[in-house]
Amino acid sequence: MRLRAPEAHRSNAVHAGAWWLWALGLAVAASRTTNPLLLGLVVGVAGYVVAARRTDAPWARSYGAFLKLGLAVLVVRVLFSTLLGSPLPGTHVLVTLPEVPLPEWARGVRIGGRVTAEQLVFALYDGAKLAAMLVCVGAANALADPARLLKSLPGALYEAGVAVVVAMTFAPNLVADVARLRTARRLRGRPTGGVRAVLGIGLPVLEGALERSVAVAASMDARGYGRTAAVPPAVRHTTTALTLGGLLGVCAGTYGLLAVEGAGYGVPLLAGGVLAALAGLWLGGRRTPRTRYRPDRWGPRTWLVAGSGIAVAALVVWASAGPAGEALRPGVTPLEAPRLPLPPALAVLVGLLPAFVAPVPKDR
Amino acid sequence: MIRFENVTVTYEGSAAPTVRDVDLTVPEGELVLLVGPSGVGKSTLLGAVSGLVPHFTGGTLRGRVTVGGRDTRTHRPRELADLVGTVGQDPSAHFVTDVVEDELAYGMESLGLAPEVMRRRVEETLDLLGLADLRDRPLATLSGGQRQRVAIGSVLTPHPKVLVLDEPTSALDPAAAEEVLAVLQRLVHDLGTTVLMAEHRLERVVQYADRVVLLREPGAPPVAGAPAEVMRVSPVHPPVVALSRLAGWDPPALTVREARRLAGPLRERLASRTPDPGAADGPPVPAGTVPPARSAPGAARVRRTGPGRSWWPFGRAGGGRPAPGDTAPDTARTAPDAAGTAPDAARVDGLVVTRGRVEALRGVTLGVRPGEAVALMGRNGAGKSTLLGALVGMVAPTSGRVLVAGRTPHRTPPAELVREVGLVPQEPRDLLYADTVAAECAAADADAGAGPGACRALVARLLPGVPHDTHPRDLSEGERLALALAVVLTGRPGLLLLDEPTRGLDYAAKARLVRVLRRLAAEGHAIVMATHDVELAAELAHRVVVLADGEVVADGPTHEVVVSSPAFAPQVAKVLAPQPWLTVAQVEAAL
Repeated sequence: MRLRAPEAHRSNAVHAGAWWLWALGLAVAASRTTNPLLLGLVVGVAGYVVAARRTDAPWARSYGAFLKLGLAVLVVRVLFSTLLGSPLPGTHVLVTLPEVPLPEWARGVRIGGRVTAEQLVFALYDGAKLAAMLVCVGAANALADPARLLKSLPGALYEAGVAVVVAMTFAPNLVADVARLRTARRLRGRPTGGVRAVLGIGLPVLEGALERSVAVAASMDARGYGRTAAVPPAVRHTTTALTLGGLLGVCAGTYGLLAVEGAGYGVPLLAGGVLAALAGLWLGGRRTPRTRYRPDRWGPRTWLVAGSGIAVAALVVWASAGPAGEALRPGVTPLEAPRLPLPPALAVLVGLLPAFVAPVPKDR
Repeated sequence: MIRFENVTVTYEGSAAPTVRDVDLTVPEGELVLLVGPSGVGKSTLLGAVSGLVPHFTGGTLRGRVTVGGRDTRTHRPRELADLVGTVGQDPSAHFVTDVVEDELAYGMESLGLAPEVMRRRVEETLDLLGLADLRDRPLATLSGGQRQRVAIGSVLTPHPKVLVLDEPTSALDPAAAEEVLAVLQRLVHDLGTTVLMAEHRLERVVQYADRVVLLREPGAPPVAGAPAEVMRVSPVHPPVVALSRLAGWDPPALTVREARRLAGPLRERLASRTPDPGAADGPPVPAGTVPPARSAPGAARVRRTGPGRSWWPFGRAGGGRPAPGDTAPDTARTAPDAAGTAPDAARVDGLVVTRGRVEALRGVTLGVRPGEAVALMGRNGAGKSTLLGALVGMVAPTSGRVLVAGRTPHRTPPAELVREVGLVPQEPRDLLYADTVAAECAAADADAGAGPGACRALVARLLPGVPHDTHPRDLSEGERLALALAVVLTGRPGLLLLDEPTRGLDYAAKARLVRVLRRLAAEGHAIVMATHDVELAAELAHRVVVLADGEVVADGPTHEVVVSSPAFAPQVAKVLAPQPWLTVAQVEAAL
C-alpha cells in the first residue's frame, strides 16, 4: 500500500526533463521498427500513460492534436505513395491509375500508374513509424510543463528562458483575443467566418498583442528583470574567453570528427570545447543575481520515469540488432502478416511504468 | 518616503504637460489616495514613482522624483524593484509566468533572494491574500478578483517599502474589494508600508486613506489634505459625502458609521415621507407612449407604478388592456406558463450552462420586460457574464430555454440578432474597429441595416462634442463606452445588455451613463447589466437579481433586495436604514 503513487503537488512533481526522456525513449523504440503491432503498442503505452497522468492544464490538451497530426502524416504518406508510385517491386497490382506523361528530362519521376499492395503496405508501415514518433512527442508535451522545463536551464540562459515562457503564454492569450474579437464581431452582427472576418480581426489582434507585450515588458522591468550583479572584470573576461574558446573548440572538434584525417584530435578537442563552454556558462551565471524558486528535483519516482524510457529504447535497440531483429521489420516483398515478437513487446510495456509510479494529478 | 519636487511631465506629441509643477511629499507608512476625474494625470504620477514614467513610457519629466532617497532619474525601474511594488490597471498585463505560485516568486527571483526566504514569503502571501487554494492554478483560469489579488501578492513578496496601485478594486465585487482593502490596511498598519493609490470608487476606499491628494483638472496643482478636508471641496466624491453636503454636515462624513451618527435629524425629517418611486426606480414612463425600440410583437407598454413596486405590465400579448389578477408583483417573474407568449423582452427558463465539468449556470429562470432595468449582481464567477452571453447567443444553453423577442439567440444569425439584442462587453474597445468615430458609425449603420446617419445621430446624443475624426483609441474610457453603446444601439435592439459598464469610469462619466440608460429604459429598451457597482444599481435598476454559484438567490425590486443586504446596499441605504432610501437624488427630491 505504501508503494501507491501519491497525489501530485509541486514538491513531488516529476521533472519535466524526465517526461521528455521517457517519451524520447519510446520514440527511439518506435524509430527502430516498422512492425505495425509494435508501433500500435508504443502508441497505446504512450496514450495510456497520458490518460492516467495528464493534468487539466492547457498544454495537456495538445495530445489530441498530436494524434490527429500523426494520422494526417499517415494518410499523406499513403496518398503520396499512391500518386507518385514507388520503386518497390510488387506483384499484387490493386489498381492502375492513369499515368501523366512527363517530358524526357523528368525521367524517373512518375505520376499515376500501377499501385501495388506491396507499396501501399510499405508506405503504411513507414507512415505509422513517423506517426508513432509524433505521438510520443505529443505525450511528452501533454505531460511535461514547458515552463518548468525552461526553468531548468542554467542561470546564464535563464533570461532567454523567461523570454520563451512569455512568448508561450502569449499564444493562449492570442487565441483568447481572437475568440473575444470574434465574439465582438458577432455582437456587431457580422459573420465570424471568411477571409474578411480574418482580416478584420487580424489587425486588432496584432495591436492587442503589441500592447500586451509592452505592458509585460513594463511589468518585468518594474519587477527587477535584467538586474545584474557587479562582477569583477577578470571574471567577466574569463567568461568571454571560456565561452568563445569553448565554442571554437566544439567547431574544430566536430570538423575533426567528420573529416577523414582529423580523427585523432577530434574527440579531445570536442570534449575540451564542451567543457570550456559549460564553464563559461556557469561563470556567466554569476552575473545574474537571480535565485530559483522551488526547482524540480530528481526524486526516485522521477528516476523511474526517465529510466523506464531509457530502458525501452535500450531494449528495443538491442532486440533490433539481435538475431530476432527481422521480426521488427516485417517484409513486404513478399507480403507477409506481421508477427508480434515477444521480447521487444515486453520491452515496450516497460514504458507503462510511469502510469503507476508518477504522482497522480489532483483532480482525478 | 516619496517626494515630488516641481514635477512636470510632458508626453511626446502632446501640446500641454499632463501634470504640471507637482510638489508632493508622501511620508513613510501613510496610505495616500489620489483622486480626480479621468485624464488628470493620476496614472502618470503613479508611474513616475516606479520610474516607468519616463524611463519606459517616453516623454519628458522635469523636476525630481525621489523614492526612499533614490532619484528616479538615475535609477531605472529595475533598480527600484526592491523598493517599489507597482500594480497597474489591468492585472493580466502584469503577469510574467503562468502559475500563481511562480508569479508570486518571480519578483523575488529577480532580486536574488535565498530559496528559503522565498518559500516562506510565498506561503505567507498565499495566506495573507487568501490564495492558498489557487497556488497551482494557471493564471489564465483565474477570475478577475483572483487575478487582482495575485497581482498585488506578486509585488508584495519582495517586501517593498512603497506600494503603488492604480485602481486596485475597480474590477472586483464588493466582498473581494473589501478583502483587498483589508490587506492594504494591514500592510500599512502592521508593516509600515507606504501606499499610494488611485481609485475611482471612492465609496470603497476613502475611509482607509490617511491623506487624499486631489487633482482637479489636467495641469492643476494637487491639493493635499486630510480626507474630510479634501472631500469638502472635491468634485469627485462618494454618495455619503454628497449626502453630507445635502444635509449640511461639516466636515462631511466619510463613512457610513459617521454618517449614521449625524443622520438622526435627517431620518426624522424623512420619516414622514416615502421615496419617490420614480426617483427610486428611474424616471417614470408616461403611460401609453410608444417607445421607438423594437421589441416582441405585441409587447405591452402600458404600466403603472406604485410605491415600492417595480414596473408592471398590465397587458398580455396583443393589447394594452388591463388583465385581471395582475396585482401580485411576483407572479410574472416566476410564471412559466407565460413563456413564449409573455410580453417579455427576454425570457430565460431553467437555463443550464456547463463548461467542461463546471456548471456556470444552474436552472436560472428570469424574465425581463420592456422598459425595465435589471441589475445582475453577485461575486466574480457567479455566472453573470455567462447569463449575458446566453442572452446574446454567444453561449449555447446545455439545457433550458432562452428567448429574446421570441427567438432563440444562439440559433439566430448575428445580422438579425443585432436588431433584437445588443451587448456592450466589459472592454468596449473590442467592439470598435475603425480609425475614426465617423467610420465606426458608417460601419455600424451597415452592420445593423439601419439608414445612413442612424448611428451618427446616436453619437451626437450620447457623445456630444467629440469630433468625428477622433480615433476611438484616443477617447476616454467613458467616451469609448458611449461610442460602443451608440454602435450597439444602432440596430435598435429591444434588449440592451451591459457587462460591468462602470469599470474605470469616474463619477461624472458614471452620472452621464446613468442619464443615458434611464432615457433608454424610458424609451422601452429592456436593460440588463452585470455590475458590482451597488451605487449604479441603486440609481438605475428597477430590479436586482443576485446570482451565486450559477443560481438565482434573490430577485426583486431594487430597494427590497438591496437594503437588506450588507454587501449590496448603497451607502445612502446604509445610512438611512431602515427607511427605504437608495440615492442622494431621492433624498434631495423629498426634502
